[in-house]
Amino acid sequence: MSLQEVFRNCAEQRRSALIGYLPAGFPTVSESVGLFEAMVRGDGHTPGCDIVEVGLPYSDPVMDGSTIQSAAERALRNGFRVRQLFDVVSAVAASGAVPVVMSYWNPIHRYGPDAFARDLRAAGGAGLITPDLVPEEAGEWMEASEEHRLDRIFLVAPSSTEHRLALTASAGTGFLYAASVMGVTGARESVSDSARELVRRTRAHTELPIGVGLGVRTAEHAAEVASFADGVIVGSAFVTRAEREGQDGVCAFAGELGRGVRTASPEPAGG
Amino acid sequence: MTARDLGGAADPDELGSPDSGSHDPDEGGHFGPYGGRFMPEALIAAQDELAAEYDKARRDPEFVAELDRLLRDYAGRPSPLTEAERFSAHAGGARVLLKREDLNHTGSHKINNVLGQALLVKRMGKRRVIAETGAGQHGVATATACALLDLDCVIYMGATDTRRQALNVARMRLLGAEVRPVSTGSATLKDAINEALRDWVTNVADTHYLLGTAAGAHPFPLLVRNLHRVIGTEARQQVLERTGGLPDAVLACVGGGSNAIGIFHGFIDDPGVRLIGAEAGGHGLDSGEHGAALTSGSPGTLHGARSYLLQDEDGQIAEAYSISAGLDYPGVGPEHAWLADSGRAEYRAVTDEEAMEAFRLLSRTEGIIPAVESAHALAAALRVGTELGPEAVLVVNVSGRGDKDMDTAAHYFGLVPEAGITGEDQQ
Ligand SMILES: Cc1ncc(COP(=O)(O)O)c(C=O)c1O
Repeated sequence: MSLQEVFRNCAEQRRSALIGYLPAGFPTVSESVGLFEAMVRGDGHTPGCDIVEVGLPYSDPVMDGSTIQSAAERALRNGFRVRQLFDVVSAVAASGAVPVVMSYWNPIHRYGPDAFARDLRAAGGAGLITPDLVPEEAGEWMEASEEHRLDRIFLVAPSSTEHRLALTASAGTGFLYAASVMGVTGARESVSDSARELVRRTRAHTELPIGVGLGVRTAEHAAEVASFADGVIVGSAFVTRAEREGQDGVCAFAGELGRGVRTASPEPAGG
Repeated sequence: MTARDLGGAADPDELGSPDSGSHDPDEGGHFGPYGGRFMPEALIAAQDELAAEYDKARRDPEFVAELDRLLRDYAGRPSPLTEAERFSAHAGGARVLLKREDLNHTGSHKINNVLGQALLVKRMGKRRVIAETGAGQHGVATATACALLDLDCVIYMGATDTRRQALNVARMRLLGAEVRPVSTGSATLKDAINEALRDWVTNVADTHYLLGTAAGAHPFPLLVRNLHRVIGTEARQQVLERTGGLPDAVLACVGGGSNAIGIFHGFIDDPGVRLIGAEAGGHGLDSGEHGAALTSGSPGTLHGARSYLLQDEDGQIAEAYSISAGLDYPGVGPEHAWLADSGRAEYRAVTDEEAMEAFRLLSRTEGIIPAVESAHALAAALRVGTELGPEAVLVVNVSGRGDKDMDTAAHYFGLVPEAGITGEDQQ
């Protein structure tokens, strides 16, 4: 399935897509596969994530708060290698969700953008989220993603000007990642109004679905965000649940969030 | 004589007026294939704001005059060019001239950059400044400028470095800055930069990130370079006055590359002048423990720019090592990558041992205790002088003074009986 199809299906069900993040190889490669499967499966009552962000652990994750930083550090300490990413992506694809990779640019630069796109596609990946690659620097990635039919998911932020929202919307495919607040990843007490405002501003420039991330950590947050966005992105809170309660906790949490995105009464929205 | 007579900062070209020639990056901040902005979208607006404000400031005679005044009356510019006669005897008899950035207020070249950026912060109406520091020199310089201009100041410093440079931590605190030790990753300079970037992305509305070297995302490499060009402009005029000609080579140490790019730019259009950068060779390139991004790294993206860096085959950033905290960094500014590829500048690795020998030699022959960072350039000068012989004239940038390194030196040479001067549990 493509990202486009996922969002279309969710729209037909009059709900937002649930998008979950965990780092690959956390705490080990095989355990991470189990956690990803749990995140997709849900709790038996409600299915979990529609889309899974497979994080590539990186030594210098400047957009991440301490939860994801230490998870990535742990994966690297346990010997995670970039080539193992593709096995994890295959496993996620087999579990029924659509996998996208989230990675800082340097590991991909090093792997070779074209080779990376080729191998990601072959593993069943649908696209790539690039937290430190803006469209102006993405020339090579535009080519490689075009060639291997992968979606390019760029970020927009509350500080993005109208000009940059337009630029980013026209360079991206699949969906746009709206960073809800100014800051790094990490669970927050509340989802700020800036998320709603950013989604509103972004909609004016695009038909693409918009996913909101940074700070979502409860089913209530998920329901709230689902009322104005096409995708609800949850990262750090999954990492915390995985650390504390392992697969069972991840299943339970995915179910809770799944109910969250299903109870929201969506505002009329494009995309 | 004023800084203006010496071609100091009052020369509009010096602040890098846009029409000042072919050495500026393109609009996106690219030096050939290097540089650019590999940054989170959330920070792009702030980078744009900074670039635009700088563009206005460098055409504004009032800004230029204010910076010039601070450089002269506060920092003590121009810094002298000192003949190092006794040291020269060890450099194959080549004539060695020292550009004395160590005599600036706060003890290094770093003050040139922070005064310029702090004035920009004022123009932008921001109240809070954050910065990273390795050796502590940039942190001290930033805390100093913030004290002077009444700005709130937070300094991020690797936990390892807060131990190596305990006195500079005390200095920053005395100046009113808050020092936040960073213990993630390798707990050194690169991790301090990561943490500063995380702070910036969260607080960008009222906070300026005062980057301490000519690296990072556009416009930092351009901005920091132009603020340090005063070193090269002064040095060129001084060496012409002193010797009647241009030197054969100009040498500087390269951490992120700010002091080097500043002095190199004075001579960049003089094709007969070799530009030589000394990187941290640490325990030797073969040992894998060094900070030599240009001589032994490969292209990649780190902290916002594409440049050379130390990385493993997966593109994970490697830990750098150097006896000098200021050179203990796995990346380097993008313009150096471009100068290296184009052949205009050459880069050599200098080991800890060579640097410490040069450190002691300059102390004993000239009565000047250099920063251990600068000692890398001095060691390179000993080699280059020997290669070129007694006819050669070398200008070496003494980027800082060695007061901050007395603990390191005391341990290295066994100068004190006990654990150390500050009582820190080093080594
Ligand atoms: C005295 C001195 N020289 C050199 C450096 C290296 O920085 P750069 O390469 O930016 O000049 C430092 C950094 O802390 C320093 O303190």
